[in-house]
Amino acid sequence: MTEQAKFQIKNLNFYYGDFRALEDINLELQQKQVSALIGPSGCGKSSFLRCLNRMNDLIPAARAEGEILLEGQDIYSPSIDVVNLRRRVGMVFQKPNPFPKTVFDNVAYGLRVNGIRDKRLLREKVEWNLKQAALWEEIKDRLNQSALGLSGGQQQRLCIARALAVEPEVLLMDEPASALDPIATQKIEDLIHELKKEYTIIIVTHNMQQAARVSDITAFFYMGRLIETGDTETLFTRPGLQQTEDYITGRFG
Amino acid sequence: MKSIFKRKVSQGIAFSMFRAAACINVLVLAVFLGFIAINGISAISWEFLTQMPRESMTKGGILPCILGTIYISLGAILVAFPIGVGTAIYLNEFAGKGRWTRIVRMGIINLAGVPSVVYGLFGLGFFVIMLNMGVSLLAGSLTLGAFILPLIIGSAEEALRNIPPSYREASLALGATKWQTIYKMVLPAALPGMLTGLILGVSRAAGETAPIMFTAAVYYTGKLPSSVFDEIMAMPYHIYVLATAGTNISETRHLQYGTALVLMFLVLGLNLAAIIIRNRLQKKF
Repeated sequence: MTEQAKFQIKNLNFYYGDFRALEDINLELQQKQVSALIGPSGCGKSSFLRCLNRMNDLIPAARAEGEILLEGQDIYSPSIDVVNLRRRVGMVFQKPNPFPKTVFDNVAYGLRVNGIRDKRLLREKVEWNLKQAALWEEIKDRLNQSALGLSGGQQQRLCIARALAVEPEVLLMDEPASALDPIATQKIEDLIHELKKEYTIIIVTHNMQQAARVSDITAFFYMGRLIETGDTETLFTRPGLQQTEDYITGRFG
Repeated sequence: MKSIFKRKVSQGIAFSMFRAAACINVLVLAVFLGFIAINGISAISWEFLTQMPRESMTKGGILPCILGTIYISLGAILVAFPIGVGTAIYLNEFAGKGRWTRIVRMGIINLAGVPSVVYGLFGLGFFVIMLNMGVSLLAGSLTLGAFILPLIIGSAEEALRNIPPSYREASLALGATKWQTIYKMVLPAALPGMLTGLILGVSRAAGETAPIMFTAAVYYTGKLPSSVFDEIMAMPYHIYVLATAGTNISETRHLQYGTALVLMFLVLGLNLAAIIIRNRLQKKF
């Protein structure tokens, strides 16, 4: 197991100013698996997710201690280029946030910033990634229209296509379906099933059924601590700790 | 509980007051425009717009003033827009919250509060005399550019602040550098807002008198400006000259109103053009 772990997190502490948002997190996340992070609001699961691509760097008073190893390399070490890290570790946000550009330009954006200029290659890649995100059939005639005119579910799948276009190794998803209706949610979940063949996926979710449906392993966070982690089926059917059981059965949170 | 009737009456009174306040604005503007139009319309003719002034500016047209105003407004924008947008990008995207940023912001706020005639005197002392530019289109454009700089910075910053942080996050999360994020995503999205500032800047520059009266504009010049070192005539200053120091103040009254009318339509036209351009850009997305 250990040798193929994509992410190894060792003694991670994370602070917003004086407030410690994460306490001594130790966790391994495996390649080509879906890992779900669950827990009540404010438990630190989103903060944790945003440590993995150093999105938290954007928050002035935030700082992380400990080690996060991506294929054995500490992502907080000075030799790591954060721009390259974020290309390798993509992210889909809670609220769909397509750019105010055309559908095509949204998907092509990451390709262009990474230096791809060739028009034919761009077109091929945009098509391929929209197909990957199960969006191509719906919007192949609307590539030159504004992405802001799409429905919420389409926008979120466009954001997934946009993230996939730069060929990341890991895809972080921060409650990707929480702003969507059940049908759109279903499509995103189907997509996650497809994508895990190629990508390592780490998803934060509020929705326990969703965690149970899409993930291979689940990690339960509470008050900034990692309470319990294990393969999803075991965790949901025979949780090791009372606290976990109380949460997943809906007794609190 | 108050009766329904009383509550409705008090609502009616409140609404009427606000409506009256809004109407006063329109009324003032209408009276103002009407007054100038009635007094100035008789001066407007094809000759007025396309001829040089004649007979000590009591006859003929105001072509050099129109051209001078257009040139100096564009010159001021050419100076102020790049510097203003650059400053706004620095302040909004790069600068931290340190003392240096506070000093820069303080400077901009104070710059905005300096009376326009002080800009004129500064331009005279610095550009015209010290840098030896002479009374010229160049010196005037630089002075006027400095004058509208705070306006450009303010509107550009506003435009940048209106770009949701989630766009920037999405761009950075795709492996774009900070500069790529600004250049490829933030700036195109903020452009319509920045153009609004540009419009306001142009029309502000077109109407100003004090910053140009010592630095660029002259009482009379017999030739049209052909280089940036030429002195110019400009509409606001022309009105001032005719109304206070002309050879025949009362007889040129209709020329003064006529010039004011042309100036207003020029500014209106510039605004309209820019609004159309901005709406086109916004409609694209």
